[in-house]
Amino acid sequence: MSRARLSEDYELLRSTVEQFAHDVVAPVIAGHYEAQTFPYEVIAGMGELGLFGLPFPEEYGGQGGDYFALCLAIEELARVDSSVAITLEAGVSLGAMPLYRFGSEEQKRQWLPELTSGRMLGGFGLTEPEAGSDAGGTRTTAILEGGQWVINGSKSFITNSGTDITGFVTVTAVTGTRPDGRKEISTILVPSGTPGFTVAPKYSKVGWNASDTHELGFVDCRVPAANLVGERGRGYAQFLRILDEGRIAISALAVGLAQGCVDECVRYAGERQSFGRPIGSYQSIAFMIADMEMRTHVARTAYHDAGARMLAGEPFKHEAAIAKLYSSGIAVDNARDATQVFGGNGYMNEYAVARFWRDCKVLEIGEGTNEVQRMLIARELGL
Amino acid sequence: MKIVVCIKQVPDSWADKKLSPEDSTLDRASVDRVLNELDEYAVEAALQLTEAHGGDVTVLTMGPEDAAEALRRALSMGADAGIHLIDDGLSGTDAVGTSYALAQVLQSREFDLVIFGSESTDARMSVVPAMVAERLSLPQLTFAGKVEVDGGTVRIQRVTDYGYDEVEASTPALVSVVEKINEPRYPSFKGIMAAKKKPVEKLTLADAGIDASQVGLAQAWSAVDSFAARPPREKGTIVEDGGDGGAKIAEFLSTQKFI
Repeated sequence: MSRARLSEDYELLRSTVEQFAHDVVAPVIAGHYEAQTFPYEVIAGMGELGLFGLPFPEEYGGQGGDYFALCLAIEELARVDSSVAITLEAGVSLGAMPLYRFGSEEQKRQWLPELTSGRMLGGFGLTEPEAGSDAGGTRTTAILEGGQWVINGSKSFITNSGTDITGFVTVTAVTGTRPDGRKEISTILVPSGTPGFTVAPKYSKVGWNASDTHELGFVDCRVPAANLVGERGRGYAQFLRILDEGRIAISALAVGLAQGCVDECVRYAGERQSFGRPIGSYQSIAFMIADMEMRTHVARTAYHDAGARMLAGEPFKHEAAIAKLYSSGIAVDNARDATQVFGGNGYMNEYAVARFWRDCKVLEIGEGTNEVQRMLIARELGL
Repeated sequence: MKIVVCIKQVPDSWADKKLSPEDSTLDRASVDRVLNELDEYAVEAALQLTEAHGGDVTVLTMGPEDAAEALRRALSMGADAGIHLIDDGLSGTDAVGTSYALAQVLQSREFDLVIFGSESTDARMSVVPAMVAERLSLPQLTFAGKVEVDGGTVRIQRVTDYGYDEVEASTPALVSVVEKINEPRYPSFKGIMAAKKKPVEKLTLADAGIDASQVGLAQAWSAVDSFAARPPREKGTIVEDGGDGGAKIAEFLSTQKFI
């Protein structure tokens, strides 16, 4: 298994998060999922463990690790539950990372220590009711008026945007027209509770039920001009860099879910009897689980490769797209087969594999749909 | 304040353990090894005390090469330095010999407190802390569910079957803790990376002034004559409920003396 080849630091981190997921997440998560409540106590524990600070330097309260370390943590959490894994992924990649990469020193000092400790979550508002994959289709506007941005528009499916510990949402908005006639898109930070910024009641989702997702509305919402994150007009370019990294993280999350399916099935197939034998002794079941293991291994290798390129400072867009595309697909395959191995029990929400089944599909949609990944890969091939 | 925490690497308590046929000691290669669970509570107690009062925490272990992993775990949690007593001559040492060896290392060190987990999950004897205290003529405050330090006084709640006793002593003293005392932290990534740079002193028997004739398997006060694998669990009895299920359950509970 490729994880055996991790360096000692990474392996110790991985095994620590594995233990945390087993001891802290597993006992309570099914209850939160069923009740659709946000697992504040689990998130606080993840914060104490330093997970929200993994890729950030210590001067901002971080752990001095890197983005690959974050991916390992996400994988181990997702082996047990995807809701907490996506809360971490979005909290770091979409909440803190844009400020760390593009924010002013003052913005970093103000927000990062809270974010990297997990005491606060930030959301990133990109997707709109009318603009998903086509981020250039953004309709939300921000006009500079008397030293303030006046924001109008709405955002869809924004993770971590409405929890009790959400501090802000950074939103992309059209701030003008570029010389070539295209929209000028910028990123602006809107603190929670700003008048004119409303958070709609949480969505009724198919899965990820213990994660926090809302539609956001902005009506003449005013924030100081200094809340611009990064350069004016660079909002779209900034976001693309964030997404490339995020694809490796989502791939790690998918691998975790796929591995969770293997873990559950190996255990269940050894215990569950049918016709006087454990069902795992039947080739039909054993081969299905062998295939699940194979797919998981290959997907993990793919994200580790993309991650290694990223750490080495080499181009990784192509490999990140492949890792995200492949691993999200096999996560769906594994979840489908895992519920089959569990039979009738697999259709019952009390079993983890049922949660995996409900959680897997979104992986083919979020962080760039799989069609977008194919488009990127084809483009790299010159097609 | 200076605290030394004595820790032990043990086979994972959830794993099936095997004894080695050659010398009837644990087959260390057959199972995953971890830091003894109660020792994590001891490390956490020490860290909380030094966080509140200042000072440093040294972790001391006795064991083969791979016991360094237990030290690393404790250092990742936040301990400042490690001492690894490692020597082939220690193999198979029993509790009496262990207490002698640890006391030899401790006697040349400065400390205000020595803290132990109250037992290891493999041997489960709970005697080493008391033996070490006796050898060093230290007050022993064992089975602590709570520990406080106030100047030169250490005060514990000694957990008993009927509640707890409050016990206090002047420092230096020796404390052993039970799991009620705290919730051990997980090592953070920062801690994991920092642990690599922390000093670990390796000592042989000679370095520590330990008389080789008082340790090792041959010197153990007890020996394993023979052992056998635990017999497989017997099949349970299945009782068909023909309308008299309740009576049969009661009968079963009665034969087992539950009712």
